[in-house]
Amino acid sequence: MRYMIFVKANKDTEAGKFPPEPELTRLFSAMAAYHEELTKAGVLLDASGLQPSSKGFKVKYSGDKRSVVDGPFAEAKELVAGYTLIQVKSHEEAVEWARRFPNPMGEGKDAEIEVRRLYELDDFEPNPGLDKFREIERQAKG
Amino acid sequence: MSQAETNRAIEAVWRIEQAKLIAGLMRLTRDVGLAEELAQDALVAALERWPKDGLPERPGAWLMATARHRAVDRIRKQSLHQRKQDAIAYDIVTENGDGDIDARLDDDIGDDLLNLIFIACHPILSTEARLALTLRLLGGLTTQEIARAFLTPEPTIAQRIVRAKRTLAQARIPFEVPRGVERAERIASVLQVLYLIFNEGYAATSGHDWMRPQLCDEAIRLARILAVLVPEDPEVHGLLALMEIQASRFAARTAADGTPILLLDQNRARWDRLLIRRGLAALARAEALNRRPGPYVLQAAIAACHARANTADATDWTIIAKLYGLLAELTPSPVIELNRAVAVSFADSPAAGLAIIDRIADEPQLGSYHLLPSVRGDLLAKLGRHDEARLEFARAASLATNNRERDLLLARSTGGN
Repeated sequence: MRYMIFVKANKDTEAGKFPPEPELTRLFSAMAAYHEELTKAGVLLDASGLQPSSKGFKVKYSGDKRSVVDGPFAEAKELVAGYTLIQVKSHEEAVEWARRFPNPMGEGKDAEIEVRRLYELDDFEPNPGLDKFREIERQAKG
Repeated sequence: MSQAETNRAIEAVWRIEQAKLIAGLMRLTRDVGLAEELAQDALVAALERWPKDGLPERPGAWLMATARHRAVDRIRKQSLHQRKQDAIAYDIVTENGDGDIDARLDDDIGDDLLNLIFIACHPILSTEARLALTLRLLGGLTTQEIARAFLTPEPTIAQRIVRAKRTLAQARIPFEVPRGVERAERIASVLQVLYLIFNEGYAATSGHDWMRPQLCDEAIRLARILAVLVPEDPEVHGLLALMEIQASRFAARTAADGTPILLLDQNRARWDRLLIRRGLAALARAEALNRRPGPYVLQAAIAACHARANTADATDWTIIAKLYGLLAELTPSPVIELNRAVAVSFADSPAAGLAIIDRIADEPQLGSYHLLPSVRGDLLAKLGRHDEARLEFARAASLATNNRERDLLLARSTGGN
């Protein structure tokens, strides 16, 4: 089963601001060491940091209309600043790996990560609508 | 946390730590059986203590320290006549402080783990023993789980593991990571074991058994670990790439009723793009090492050609035919020739493919292989030789073991193809 660890954004990540040295080096090394450990254990599938929401946008749906709204977005703690995707054997193993995740804002700071389980193909019965969806997704990802 | 929740949490820690733990203990004890026993002792201690005290901050270090104390206890209790045990006692007693041990463990754990993988896949063991030992020591599967996965009675597996450990102890296998030619041979044995585990899980024969996908996951996980430990070997990346790409087709390769769907007929929308991306990346790492491609790299390159094609029609058959040609040079086999014939029939012409098939038609290895007449029938039909094609489909139908496939072939043997 696959779980995604989301790092929640805050004011600093939204401002594109990183901690000053030497915390920055410490934070990067802790993150690198953690992801290296995931790699060595064969559980890491993917990981990336996300740029501030000011570089992104939303599409809002209302009735038949849709409108594009440029970032940034106000509610920082609702936003995601990065993710790590892992493959594990059980919920508990996901908990154990997540427990070892370094504080993403630097030790001593307030921060939050959220961990969610992905739907897997087996969670759905074959369904033409879903296949169509996957087809589009596939073409989008090249 | 309830008792049950804590136990599940401990189980998860165990899954993460146990291979490293056994690997580290094996260096100390020079005995894989004893190392596993000590690791188990530490697990039992954790099951006693952690529900009361909570999970320690560094569970791996806790387990290791506990296992080492157990080792010292044991040695003190037992007679110290054997020199081997004296050596263990010396090793353990002369280490200074746990911090030091942690540092040393971190330094050596890569080598220890690789060593454990090499030992579990040692060529002196039978193939079955290697599979069982690898799943047990590195995958952390229980004897019961392994038995279930291989549809073998549990006592058989248990006995296989005991006997394998005894064989290893008696053969006095050196506990150092081998170098040079021997290293390459040992890596080849590991790759063979991992691919066998993967294929055991991938075989669609009993797709409803939940243990079998787990075998695939386990083989891929171990190959990912191996690729970190032996980054200089292109075949390791090649096998990883091959398995990632094959696993990407997991959901597409059987119909709802369990009938296998051939690659070209699969719904590519159901292929897992993340695994394909990972597979292509692993293949790129193999190719970047710039060595003459081995069998796994070639097979991965073929799988990658299919993975890159957005539709079956877009497949680059010219490259695939060439890759099968290289593969046939390295590991000649009529099955590879048959695959090459298919590729050539698309890349060049059905007649060219048919010429290859006619050269291998009498191979005894293919005597009961229904795909040979099935493919031959296909090519004959494309060439308009329908009477001959119908005969081939009838022969294929008589060899097919899967009912649905047999029905399809029978229909082609009587119909207008």
